[in-house]
Amino acid sequence: MSLQVDPAATREPILSLRGVSKTFGAVQALKDIDLDVYPGEVVALVGDNGAGKSTLIKILAGVHPHDEGTLTFDGDEVVLTSPTQSQGLGIATVFQDLALCDNLDVVSNLFLGREIIRGGTLDEEAMESKSWELLRQLAARIPSVRIAVAGLSGGQRQTVAIARSLIGDPRIVLLDEPTAALGVAQTAEVLNLIERLRDRGHGVLLISHNMADVQAVADRVAVLRLGRNNGVFTVQEVSYEEIIAAITGATDNVVTKRAAARAHKPDHIVDAETEGGAQ
Amino acid sequence: MTDTQHNKIQREVETGTLSQTAADLQDERLIRSEGLGGAVRAFFGRVRRGDLGQLPVIIGLVVIWAIFTILNPTFLSADNLSNLVQEMTPVGILSLGIVLVLLLGQIDLSVGSVSGLASAVVGVLAVQLGLPYLVAILAGMAVGVAIGLLYGFLFIRFGVPSFVITLAGLLGFVGIQLWILGANGSINIPFQSWFTQFAFAWFLPPWLAYVLVLLAGLGILYGDLSRSRRRHHAGLSSTPLSLTLIKAITLVVVLGFVAWYFSTSRGTGVMFTLFVVLVVLMDFLLMRTRWGRSIYAVGGNVEAARRAGIRVNGVYLSVFMLCSFFAAVGGILQTAYLQSANSQSGTGDVNLDAIAAAVIGGTSLFGGRGRAWSALLGIIVIFSITSGLNLLNLNSAARYVITAIVLLLAVIVDSLSRRSRAAHGQA
Repeated sequence: MSLQVDPAATREPILSLRGVSKTFGAVQALKDIDLDVYPGEVVALVGDNGAGKSTLIKILAGVHPHDEGTLTFDGDEVVLTSPTQSQGLGIATVFQDLALCDNLDVVSNLFLGREIIRGGTLDEEAMESKSWELLRQLAARIPSVRIAVAGLSGGQRQTVAIARSLIGDPRIVLLDEPTAALGVAQTAEVLNLIERLRDRGHGVLLISHNMADVQAVADRVAVLRLGRNNGVFTVQEVSYEEIIAAITGATDNVVTKRAAARAHKPDHIVDAETEGGAQ
Repeated sequence: MTDTQHNKIQREVETGTLSQTAADLQDERLIRSEGLGGAVRAFFGRVRRGDLGQLPVIIGLVVIWAIFTILNPTFLSADNLSNLVQEMTPVGILSLGIVLVLLLGQIDLSVGSVSGLASAVVGVLAVQLGLPYLVAILAGMAVGVAIGLLYGFLFIRFGVPSFVITLAGLLGFVGIQLWILGANGSINIPFQSWFTQFAFAWFLPPWLAYVLVLLAGLGILYGDLSRSRRRHHAGLSSTPLSLTLIKAITLVVVLGFVAWYFSTSRGTGVMFTLFVVLVVLMDFLLMRTRWGRSIYAVGGNVEAARRAGIRVNGVYLSVFMLCSFFAAVGGILQTAYLQSANSQSGTGDVNLDAIAAAVIGGTSLFGGRGRAWSALLGIIVIFSITSGLNLLNLNSAARYVITAIVLLLAVIVDSLSRRSRAAHGQA
């Protein structure tokens, strides 16, 4: 069912970064980053704190322009100078803080800044039925689109934020830690949502600290370490330990030591833990 | 994979079996509220959750009127009430501007001073310089717009809190008002001019008042019916016809009664009618246009509004401008009503009455919540208190204290309903 063929052989990437660098004063935040995102593919971007994940997302969202290297979108080289330009190209970003207006209902939030106008006034009916259409496509569980966003759960708010990014029909969706603040069930819902984005043919770039989420939903994993590429892996061919090693830069690190210590525990405890951790 | 397939099948089954239901009522967790009874239940549900809207101020108004009527039956007389609504109109228009800035989560403390300055400008231009009233009025309004633009510019450019900018305006524009008025400090407007007649002596003929009431009813009916039709067309649930009819008929009966009652005295004032029209217009702009939506968005979450591509600075600028514009209009009407522009215009409790009216009427001080109607309802409350206490021959000392208590009650209701919304997950 899922992509077994190397995507590079069949399709052109939507987004392609070559040698992208960014400095903030004396700090080299990103150095020579290469990254490709293909349509219908989820790429996870992982790395420790300070690895440059957020900087990369901000470059793609048009918040900071990059200093060196080339950024190719749909085959054309682009320089992203503003969020509006980035959105206009078809790059939708869902930031970690979601940026929803709590006092407005779901429909108003979905169409905020892109309201459908009919005869000079808001076309509430068209917006409401389009909202339902979109939420149904995502199989999102929102009981009513006429309640204030403040009344929704964390997962539902994340759903609204992701659904909103799809209003402009983007080519690629950037998600900044979408499951960070969510419970087990809500996390599963958001992961389902990400799979549906992939099924619809969007490219997805997902930042996450949660390796279980990454392994559950991503096709490829790009690891950043101290602002540099530290490997791109196909999820089905890479183990948890290999990713961790790439993130931390060593095979002998805190995480592997901990894993080794656990291996000495009685078998049934380890079994229970791995079952609980598996998706 | 099997899991997603299973979900897909389940989804198809759900949409297949539930396709008869309107698109917005398909979720099984939703409490159904169809038909007339459902609408009533939904209303009480909203109130219980703390989504009070204009309900507290309406209840408060009934209580205040009942108390004053018991103490002095003259309070409810047609003469007193038709006077009351004329008298409150200038401050009410100031309050309409305050509602707008409060929706953004900002404040304008200088509406009184701006109204006084506009009043002085009109007085000087029309009476001392002998220009036509229309020119003087337009100049007064232009002064308001210019002040609003200045506030907006200072706010956007330097990020100074609106509280401080308008506090400076409060002092500064009183100074300019006194300077323009010169040594006398008072300019009388001739009573015979159309300008004062408009505010003081123009009343709608009863037939015109009834026609307007009927038009309002038909407008509501047409708006609701066409919305129901569009919603039905879009496959969404729609308001039951019975509810629409009840709403329209109630409105016509209530407004018709008011118009009839006023007609037993001097009639419905043109100035008051203008105020109501402005409130309806602002409510329409706030609820039904992209500009209005962006005001609520900025008041709710500035950063989210900015990222959604709303030109936040433009919203601030337009609202500060409109607020000062309404302040100038209110000041000009006050000048006409009192037939005088003097150093006292716009001073005293005008500022606080205007701000208190907006809050009493149900506009949240925290931004993002409120309707244009709160200006009208709030100002009726404040002037009812003034009028009732005057009839009881109580001095302004008692009036200040009672207005303060009502204002406190209103703010407490706002905070409590906020807390209740939070408890019900609606904050």
